[in-house]
Amino acid sequence: MATADVRDEWPLWEVFVRTRAGLDHKHCGSLHAPDAKMALQLAREVYTRRMEGTSVWVVRSSDITASDPADKGPLFDPAEDKVYRHPTFYELPESVNHM
Amino acid sequence: MAATAESIRLQVTPEVQYVLRLGDTCLVHAQRLAEWCGHGPVLEEDIALTNLALDLIGQARALLTHAAALEGQGFDEDQLAFLREEDQFFNLTLAELPMRKGGAHSPGADFADTVLRNFLLSTWLGLCWQRLQGSSDAQLAAIAAKALKESAYHRQHAADWVVRLGDGTEESARRLRAALDRVWPYTNELFVHDAVDDAAVARGLGPARDTLAADWQREVAAVFNEAGLTMPPASPFASTGTRGVHGEHMGFLLAEMQSLQRRYPGGRW
Amino acid sequence: MYTQAMDVAPKDERKVVRSAEEAALEARFEARIDEGAFIEAKDWMPEHYRRTLVRQISQHAHSEIVGMLPEGNWATRAPTLKRKAILLAKIQDEGGHGLYLYAAAETLGTSRDQLLDALHSGKAKYSSIFNYPTLTWADIGTIGWLVDGAAIMNQVPLTRCSYAPYARAMVRICREESFHQRQGFDSLLVMMHEGTDAQRAMVQDAVNRWWWPSLMMFGPPDKDSVHGAQSARWGIKRISNDDLRQKFVDATAEQAKVLGVTPPDPLLKWNEERGHYDFGPIDWDEFWRVVGGNGPCNRERLAARVKAHEDGAWVREAALAHARKRATRQEAA
Repeated sequence: MATADVRDEWPLWEVFVRTRAGLDHKHCGSLHAPDAKMALQLAREVYTRRMEGTSVWVVRSSDITASDPADKGPLFDPAEDKVYRHPTFYELPESVNHM
Repeated sequence: MAATAESIRLQVTPEVQYVLRLGDTCLVHAQRLAEWCGHGPVLEEDIALTNLALDLIGQARALLTHAAALEGQGFDEDQLAFLREEDQFFNLTLAELPMRKGGAHSPGADFADTVLRNFLLSTWLGLCWQRLQGSSDAQLAAIAAKALKESAYHRQHAADWVVRLGDGTEESARRLRAALDRVWPYTNELFVHDAVDDAAVARGLGPARDTLAADWQREVAAVFNEAGLTMPPASPFASTGTRGVHGEHMGFLLAEMQSLQRRYPGGRW
Repeated sequence: MYTQAMDVAPKDERKVVRSAEEAALEARFEARIDEGAFIEAKDWMPEHYRRTLVRQISQHAHSEIVGMLPEGNWATRAPTLKRKAILLAKIQDEGGHGLYLYAAAETLGTSRDQLLDALHSGKAKYSSIFNYPTLTWADIGTIGWLVDGAAIMNQVPLTRCSYAPYARAMVRICREESFHQRQGFDSLLVMMHEGTDAQRAMVQDAVNRWWWPSLMMFGPPDKDSVHGAQSARWGIKRISNDDLRQKFVDATAEQAKVLGVTPPDPLLKWNEERGHYDFGPIDWDEFWRVVGGNGPCNRERLAARVKAHEDGAWVREAALAHARKRATRQEAA
């Protein structure tokens, strides 16, 4: 079986939903989609079950710039300004990777 | 030998048949979509396909209930779905064709078939719902108004997939072309004009199928163009599901779908 | 329940060389845990915590996805249109739950594909209850009643898990879960109270087959499990398998009376003194056999997931290829 190549995976998108006018958009999770159009469609299917009157934003996870957590330690990489740790940053050795 | 539930026989008038053509098409298409549950190419799409099936079941229930009311013997949606014989189902043959895997007696089918099926059917249904909003039958008009919104969504999602596959990789384009060749002859039935259509028009119930052809061709051509698909040449092939004469797949589909009600006569669920 | 595999002693995961700084970070982390504070995706965390969570969350996700299969088995054979819609909605919910959980796991620095590889290669576990076959329609209602019932008992505490993305996913899941158990129970109730003798026999048969595996969902007896006090502190592992199992038996024994079914346990009896139901011994040989890969459907379940993934590869590739083509065209324009 081919090992996972991160670049061949559908990119990750963060989903923000506003359930009613007057409220804020809330982050509610993520999903994988090949492009923005499908990301939006799928976000509706998965996170709103197509409820009327909801506003949905989708943003590529890699497009988000995040602020440092308050208690960053010396091991924190300043270049690490993405929302999540990059998947290849934490490759576990086979023997302990009991996932 | 276990007792089985007896089939019902409908008194099929043109109105009943006209409504069942729509309702059964939705029901049978939903049944095929349900086969994808848990087996989709990606989790997100699995959820989307199931959403589609749920919408279609909702439409089928409304239409079958209405058909039963028109028919007048007091049957309900479940009796129609689970105790009718094959010759009284009036779905387009197109809907009953496999679209996830081939059967023992038919060539393969895959996600390309599903995507194409969704697109061709939702485009047709969308045109039906649009026209039916002006139906002389208030209940039918109401059903159509609700279904129209859903089918616009289905159509958009399906069209996007046709383009994605047509203009994706060599392999996806090849599979889509193969699916198109398999399915195209069955699209003729979408536009046949027969006595049932005549009756529907006469009563102001809804449009005759052939009046949808031009719009359907136009919409389909636009998406095919973007997908790099060539519309196959017209053929004289005529499928006849809408007359109650189905292909060989329908028997298997109904056997599976109806098995529990047949096995447990008088059962409550 | 989703942490069954964790009840087996893990390999030595604490053999980590730590600098003074790392020790300080870990102390601060543990202090936050003690305060009951939430840990978010970008907060510093010990490697052990991160790995444990990736394993737990992803195995929970795998369970949801594999769980779609035994129920999907009846999607085309549901006996009424209403039941068909309810079943499809339930399966769809489970897919959605899997998706929320994969998303939560991915915040810890792994990818969906890596997690799926682990599942498909057999390295990752999923709840072994889904390795049992759904042989009749009554199995569907019974799964709703017993299996979802057990799942709910496990899930509510997880809404207070220290790892916030997991806790948030669990809140969402619990909100959607409520109708699953009710619908399953309702389906059985109708068959038992209003159905035919043949239907009642079908329900009793399903209960006979699913009762004991449901009790096994809570994992091995406490004396045979290994849970670090660590996992309890982190809020990622409920405290006691036996306590939860007892709670489950107490609830379901009463529900069985309402249904009019007899659980297949001659020793199931209310104990006034204990204030709980006594119940018979569980066949742990069966449990370990199924967890070890030799349950009735292990091979089929995994094969189905692998096949769906492999058959779908050309679809996923096509979608990516198309997206790249579009992006290139847009840039050129």
